[in-house]
Amino acid sequence: MPSTDDWLNNPLGVVEGMFAASQNTPNSGWAAKAVAFFKDRLKEKDAHTWVPSLNDVPLHYLKPNSLVKFRCFIQDMFDPEFYMGTYEAVDPSTKAKVLRCGKYKDVTECGVDFNSRSTMTAERHTFYCVPIPGESPWVKEGYAGSSQARVVPSTSYAPTRQKRSYEEDDDDMDTDTQPQKQREPHTGPHSPTEPHGNGDCKRREKEAPSSQAASASHLDLNFPLPGEKGPSCLLKVYEEWDGFKLNEAVEVFGILSVSPALSALADEDASSSLLDPAGGMETAEEQRVHSPPASLVPRLHMLHAKPLPHNNPLLPAAGLEDNNSAFLSSTLREMAAVRAELLAYFTHVLLGDALAAEYLILHLVSNVYTRRDVLPLGKFTLNLSGCPAVASFTERFYQIIQQLVPSSYYLGMTLQNMNQMRLVPKKDYVANRLLSGALQLATNTSLFLDESQLEQGQLDTTGVRNVTALGNLISWQKVDYDFSYHQMEFPCNINVLIASEGRSLLPSDCQIHLQSQVAPPDLEAYLGGIQVHPQASQLNKFRMYLSVARQLDYSIADEVTKSVEDDFVDMRKDDPQSISAEDLHRMLVVARLLSLSLGQTSLSRDSWLRAKHVEMLRRSRMEQNKCVNGNEP
Amino acid sequence: MSSPLSTPGGRKRGRTTNPSTPSSEGPTSPPFQRRRGQDSSTGDLMPMPTSPPTDVLSPAAPLDNSLFSSPRPSVPPNEVDMSSPLMYGTPSSRVEGTPRSGVRGTPARQRPDLGSVSKAPQVDLQSDADGAVASEANAGQRHRKIFPLSLFIDPSSSEDENTGLDLNEPLYMQKLEEISVVGDPVLNVNCLHVQSFDAELYRQLICYPQEVIPTFDMAVNELFFERFPDSILEYQIQVRPYNALKTRNMRNLNPEDIDQLITISGMVIRTSQLIPEMQEAFFQCQVCAFSTRVEVDRGRIAEPAVCRHCNTTHSLALVHNRSLFSDKQMIKIQESPDDMPAGQTPHTTVVYAHNDLVDKVQPGDRINITGKRSFLASSFQPNGVPLVPAGVYRAVPMRANPRQSNVKSVYKTHIDVIHFRKTDEKRLHGLDDAEQKLFTEERVQTLKELAAKPDVYERLASALAPSIYEHEDIKKGILLQLFGGTRKDFSQTGRGNFRADVNILLCGDPGTSKSQLLQYVFNLVPRGQYTSGKGSSAVGLTAYVMKDPETRQLVLQTGALVLSDNGICCIDEFDKMSDSTRSVLHEVMEQQTLSIAKAGIICQLNARTSVLAAANPIESQWNPKKTTIENIQLPHTLLSRFDLIFLMLDPQDEAYDRRLAHHLVSLYYQSEEQLEEEFLDMAMLRDYIAYARTYINPKLSEEASQALIEAYVDMRKIGSGRGMVSAYPRQLESLIRLAEAHSKVRFSEKVETIDVEEAKRLHREALKQSATDPRTGFVDISILTTGMSATARKRREEVAQALKKVIQAKGKTPAMKYHTLLEDLRRQSETAITKEMFDEALRALSDEDYLTVTGKTVRLLA
Repeated sequence: MPSTDDWLNNPLGVVEGMFAASQNTPNSGWAAKAVAFFKDRLKEKDAHTWVPSLNDVPLHYLKPNSLVKFRCFIQDMFDPEFYMGTYEAVDPSTKAKVLRCGKYKDVTECGVDFNSRSTMTAERHTFYCVPIPGESPWVKEGYAGSSQARVVPSTSYAPTRQKRSYEEDDDDMDTDTQPQKQREPHTGPHSPTEPHGNGDCKRREKEAPSSQAASASHLDLNFPLPGEKGPSCLLKVYEEWDGFKLNEAVEVFGILSVSPALSALADEDASSSLLDPAGGMETAEEQRVHSPPASLVPRLHMLHAKPLPHNNPLLPAAGLEDNNSAFLSSTLREMAAVRAELLAYFTHVLLGDALAAEYLILHLVSNVYTRRDVLPLGKFTLNLSGCPAVASFTERFYQIIQQLVPSSYYLGMTLQNMNQMRLVPKKDYVANRLLSGALQLATNTSLFLDESQLEQGQLDTTGVRNVTALGNLISWQKVDYDFSYHQMEFPCNINVLIASEGRSLLPSDCQIHLQSQVAPPDLEAYLGGIQVHPQASQLNKFRMYLSVARQLDYSIADEVTKSVEDDFVDMRKDDPQSISAEDLHRMLVVARLLSLSLGQTSLSRDSWLRAKHVEMLRRSRMEQNKCVNGNEP
Repeated sequence: MSSPLSTPGGRKRGRTTNPSTPSSEGPTSPPFQRRRGQDSSTGDLMPMPTSPPTDVLSPAAPLDNSLFSSPRPSVPPNEVDMSSPLMYGTPSSRVEGTPRSGVRGTPARQRPDLGSVSKAPQVDLQSDADGAVASEANAGQRHRKIFPLSLFIDPSSSEDENTGLDLNEPLYMQKLEEISVVGDPVLNVNCLHVQSFDAELYRQLICYPQEVIPTFDMAVNELFFERFPDSILEYQIQVRPYNALKTRNMRNLNPEDIDQLITISGMVIRTSQLIPEMQEAFFQCQVCAFSTRVEVDRGRIAEPAVCRHCNTTHSLALVHNRSLFSDKQMIKIQESPDDMPAGQTPHTTVVYAHNDLVDKVQPGDRINITGKRSFLASSFQPNGVPLVPAGVYRAVPMRANPRQSNVKSVYKTHIDVIHFRKTDEKRLHGLDDAEQKLFTEERVQTLKELAAKPDVYERLASALAPSIYEHEDIKKGILLQLFGGTRKDFSQTGRGNFRADVNILLCGDPGTSKSQLLQYVFNLVPRGQYTSGKGSSAVGLTAYVMKDPETRQLVLQTGALVLSDNGICCIDEFDKMSDSTRSVLHEVMEQQTLSIAKAGIICQLNARTSVLAAANPIESQWNPKKTTIENIQLPHTLLSRFDLIFLMLDPQDEAYDRRLAHHLVSLYYQSEEQLEEEFLDMAMLRDYIAYARTYINPKLSEEASQALIEAYVDMRKIGSGRGMVSAYPRQLESLIRLAEAHSKVRFSEKVETIDVEEAKRLHREALKQSATDPRTGFVDISILTTGMSATARKRREEVAQALKKVIQAKGKTPAMKYHTLLEDLRRQSETAITKEMFDEALRALSDEDYLTVTGKTVRLLA
């Protein structure tokens, strides 16, 4: 398939061809055509699976200037930049002036005529993208497994070479006169005839990962969550940049640019700015952040991007609304059955407490589906109190959740964490970037707060601020980013689950006290047994179930509305103190989630009664609990 | 060099007889973005002015073509050459070089803000575009000489810059006079004045500032030295235009704005240290000591390779301390948070300040910048020419690096500042609102249309926090708070400023969405602060002194109240606040200032903030057995500072419950679009408020004053009742404020009787005075929902008393039948007793713990 190879391996050639063809016809709109061409290609069946992904293929295996995709999260937006959209250059061979296109490129070709009248300046925006924070390992594997991209590491790559002796290696090192080349090994093609080609190859294998690790220490890649790995990239957006939002998860198809010239130019800029403060407008820090070495942070010139409604590889990527009715109806039919299995599994995990398991399911399918002025609707923060303080129950519990949801993060609320961690993103004006914080998370990430880790001590200023930020996140589903002179509010959609021993110090929509059915002496042994995972097929069913339920549409019919209203009035009549508007709010959310978890897209009378019943059980348990532990508020 | 002056003068006459060129469009974009070769832009350019026919005869006729329109390929190149900017040299040299008697050798100062330091690389002698520019500049200069700026009168001027000037005298002549006295050779020119004088000139100024502003300079200097021949200035006057109409959001800047005059607003986030920038390099030959000066061109200095004197090659060395430097400072500004789309991060722009503009701004200032957008190709280094960058000399040999031929295709852009204008300066000193929000014509029109509607008040009130159920009056109260009263200054008579801000306290049962209301308001207003009484200390509300970690200096960090100056400070959990914290509010809520005396810093800060507080009753649930005052339990001094105190009570009534349930359920199933239709959107509301706050200043009418007096007298009468919040002169003031705010809602410049009526009603409603039993001072919640009239209440009271008598007459019977009691009562009473009335009477008595009703039996308790 030559055409496939063409647009996959040499997309710039395609773009340039179109640009050249349009030269004689002004206003041909070639740029739009080029984008449409790639869009069409990607629409073809399975075409997107041929594109290698930056997420699972190491950077040094990818060909420069080829089409790649990246499943990423927009962490920061840099200032717009002006570049040479078209320019005139002198062809070195023919000495003729040619019009060139500067789109989708970082570096211009030789002999640019700066004074040419045909130079046209255009605008593009740069976004700093990182892999989706907290993405579970199974998601990564799932995506990597479905990729059909043929990644040929390098033409000269020979596995047998691995067995070379040490001395030979050292030998090579001595003879190598170009250390620069080693640092960017994946640039330019290496022909097998090159004298040091083999040694280079070997080194490429060994050094690429290590250099990444080494340089990561001096270059902060600004991942929202500590301990994250993966590539980050500078995404260059050429049109409709207003459509992108911070913290959005997108899948980008674009042209990979790792030209070493970029780093070289950056180096030079940096050195010149040291000598010449007037020439360099950027500080060294800023320079480092905005033009990091291309080998570490590749540039990706966007051709096409689509927002990701979810990051579950088991679901069709397009989302549920369109053209997947067959898939949807088949899953909907199964949902009740899967729910029963999941309930059984959770009951087992939660020490035999079926009610808590029920609420856990509701929590996991919750989603902020709309906002009414400041009020987020559909959020369901669960506080699971009464977690046993033994055998690291909470950690195990988190691991189970991590197995089921596409992205999650465990935040142990230790005093140290609260006092030292940066939860809220903060603008660093020196480096001119947004320093990420642990609360900069993508939509529908599960945040697991382990309050059982909290010990006695004092929260300092940062700690108080962090706790406030968590409280705001839970109550309003927003995070106030710190821009030092002012704060800016970013709405978010994060499922917060609080595991605590007593009632949580943070607000929550719903609190349930765990009632262990297991006798305390057997607890250790029981918890040890929890770790046993269900089978992979069952896990996949659960995963799919949770993601689908979260995305379903939901409505309430008029007659059910009426009966709900009647119910509320009746309940108030009996005892006005017992139920407030807030309780109705919660019951409506519970009813909604209950219906969705059963695969029903509208509220039925039965579900409403069931929701009422479940709520009643929970409330009576709370009362009970209050009586038992008199000291609890 | 004489070219500007020697151009035939026919045009001059043409322009004088025709001072107002027909102008319909604003300034059009310069031919930057467009390709120079194909000029498709002539269509949208200014129409040609009607010049008198004499012009056609003058030799300048062909030039005239390019004078009023932008680039035309038809202009012959030789005409262009004559007036190309390259013939002038830099602006400074032009001024110097032109023999002028009036200027008398006052040294010119270079204008790096306009200068060629960072001139775009596309200057081309053959370019017709630049030719046109130059001739336009020419025209500007001609023009300028007769520009009757000396006669410009701006009667509508209200700017603080013009304080002390007589508005009916020519404005700029007064300014020139001021220059001659003060000796500060800077003339700020409002671009709007230029525009109202001559739109064409304005367009030229906007599109070609680099060429037009120097001609302004020349004209002003000539004028100045004609008028004040004896004055001595340090250097020649520089003109600084500001307030270019094209005020731009930083986000909207695009390549078309390069090299244009723009005004943008933003916030300073970082300033660099002072950078000495070379203007003129001094070279000395090492061999023969021959010296030469080279001017900086486009940021670089062409190092002379050969000494002209002794012909030695590469013998010239730069002598630093004989070179000329100018001050320069890099400033980073960030777009202000108000004009940013949701979900995006703010953009930043690099700005260079030159000479005396250096160090004029500090990080954190909000400023309007007028300046010229320029750009530099990032690694612009054509091979083969040894260039020395301006600034510090670098002995860089020619780079034989092949990589250099590849150029990063990104430009760096910056803005050269011509004029700074701090927008928050006024906030500190002035009284009027600093909201310099600009409204488009259409927006103003829609706002006015909205204001003309008879139910605008209700509409706006319902648009406020639509997700919160009912509480119409509270929303109305908050609406009036958002608008605020009129600021009055009585400092002449020693009373200081009158508070114009309305303070509101919401007091009520838990779960009545008070916090939600606060959150909504906090999100609505541009300068709002939200704090919780439990979590805030007195220091957090006011200000504290801390050591800056970087500069190690003591700095004053302002708290919520100061930060919400000219905004609203929302305080939740007001009752949970400690008394000492609450006491700092006393000053803020009446004097609107905050006095601080700590750590050697004694100062008074402005805190013209409205306070919106929410509190629970003292027993966390409203106790109907207690009076309003007893329930709220806040010191009277503080309570009287609230203009409105709203009771938000849970009515516990079936009909209410049903409506509430319906409202809540509909929240969960109505789609977004359905709701959009029902209410005004938040942006509209915000604009409406901003407009009214900025432009409407209502005054009391005669009838309104009378109505206010009556209302106050009434309030005093009621106030003597038990357990009521009694009226003080403060309440009269707050009535005035509310009435003013209400007329602001109507966009009316006059407070009328209806405004007073509404203020009165709201004031009464707020405290549920209509529902308060005047005898006991208790609030009867059932009245709130059933809406029982005062007479009905009175009758009920009578029936209850009658019933009591009947029971007492029966003697010591612990229990009696319901029916017999009703019959007895009916027999005794003169008026007809319905069963409902009887029930009510029974309830009233059982409230008094006199009896209890169980089924059909009535038992006495006492």
